[in-house]
Amino acid sequence: MNFETELKKGKFLVSECPFCKIIVWPPSDFCNRCLKENSWKECSCEGKILEFSKKENTIFCVAEIEKSLKILGEIISGTPEIGKKIKVVDCGITNNNYFFKMAIIE
Amino acid sequence: MPKVAVVAYGHTKFSNEDLKIESVLLRATKNLFDSTPNLEQKDIDSVLVSTNNNSKYLSAILSEMTGIQPKIAHSVESLCNSGTNAIVSAYSYIASGLADVILISGAERYDSPGQILEWDNMRGEFKHPIFWASIFSKAYKREYSISEEDLAIVPVKNHKHAKKNPNAFSQKTISIEDVLNSKKLTEDLRLLDCSRPCTGGASILLTSEEFCKKFCDSPIWITGIGQKTTSASFTKNQGFDKMESTKQAAQMAFQMSNHSSENIDVMEVHDAFSVCEPIALESMGFSESGGGIKMIKESYSSENFKINPRGGLLGTGHPLGATGISQTIEIVQQLQFKAEKRQVETASVGLVHNMSAAATSSTVLVLEN
Ligand SMILES: [Zn+2]
Repeated sequence: MNFETELKKGKFLVSECPFCKIIVWPPSDFCNRCLKENSWKECSCEGKILEFSKKENTIFCVAEIEKSLKILGEIISGTPEIGKKIKVVDCGITNNNYFFKMAIIE
Repeated sequence: MPKVAVVAYGHTKFSNEDLKIESVLLRATKNLFDSTPNLEQKDIDSVLVSTNNNSKYLSAILSEMTGIQPKIAHSVESLCNSGTNAIVSAYSYIASGLADVILISGAERYDSPGQILEWDNMRGEFKHPIFWASIFSKAYKREYSISEEDLAIVPVKNHKHAKKNPNAFSQKTISIEDVLNSKKLTEDLRLLDCSRPCTGGASILLTSEEFCKKFCDSPIWITGIGQKTTSASFTKNQGFDKMESTKQAAQMAFQMSNHSSENIDVMEVHDAFSVCEPIALESMGFSESGGGIKMIKESYSSENFKINPRGGLLGTGHPLGATGISQTIEIVQQLQFKAEKRQVETASVGLVHNMSAAATSSTVLVLEN
């Protein structure tokens, strides 16, 4: 899958069905509505905080990106509040785990 | 539809013992045989195993170790609700006429690989269940103005119940202060808010109506089954202060059994974390949204064992593959008036709620005497 190859380089792609015009998430080669092949596009990486909590000094949140997909990632700058806008500023794969680092942009 | 009964059960004490999965399955099954005088190996025509353990071919192995040569034999895995999924599979084999007497054995070790869903990469680095539980706790507290102290009643009640359950991991009473002073795992979750992975096994025998009386004078009937899987990814949940799969599974189980939440006398609810108990109660219609804690507090102060008499997952421990079977055994014992110090006064209809992976999948069973 394109997604992981690109994510390893720090690039956040999303899969999109060219027929249904929907973002298919989690990323997949095929659409989960029509099962035709998806295309890949670069994510805008912008979204908002749906919920957050904190473990020691790490703030983690569920963010909704491009009004459709949701991820759990770390907020590395800014004070979190529900609904605040964020941008994924760093992403990748370490020890077989994806990571998404976000900054608050308002 | 042909009737399906629970007629016998066996249980190990939940612990942190370092036992092979095969031995845990065997111990729970031996306990079932020891407590069921008329049961012989040749009576059993199918054997199902419920576990997340990585060992293979466990159903055939358990059959060989107990001297059974079953027709149907396989494992069932669905993370934390593997146990009730195995019960639903067994029910279907009996209802369809493919089998008449089925042994189901569920087991797990304290180091179960089922605690982490590796596939769910949308959780990023936060795959451990404490992270989804923190998100649910935060959302629930904010939405309904519930405090950390309010939620602490859940482990306090369930540890109190577990103290009367000889198979439970926890045998100690805890206070609200103990919960609030226990190790802070995240801003929204403390150690005593979490159920404990442990080593344990539970076995149960299901039969068709024709065969039930051979093994038991008071068979308990499975009269309602509801199952719903809404996704596999935690982040696909619609809102973190409710459980959609639980709501739909309960509706199906109530419809099939012709009962509603008002008729339920006793229930085991999947309290993997403190916040799960009130949310599950609300999602199944036992209270209005945000009212679960009030119901739990009333149940605690009136010394009522209706909610999680066994001690729930918080008090009993959570050996994933055994949990749904252990929950079902508790409700069976309640409906047979054999729950000893945990017995509720009236018990004619009981409910089991078992779920997996941040409430993305739920099973609800209704049982009757
Ligand atoms: Zn499509």
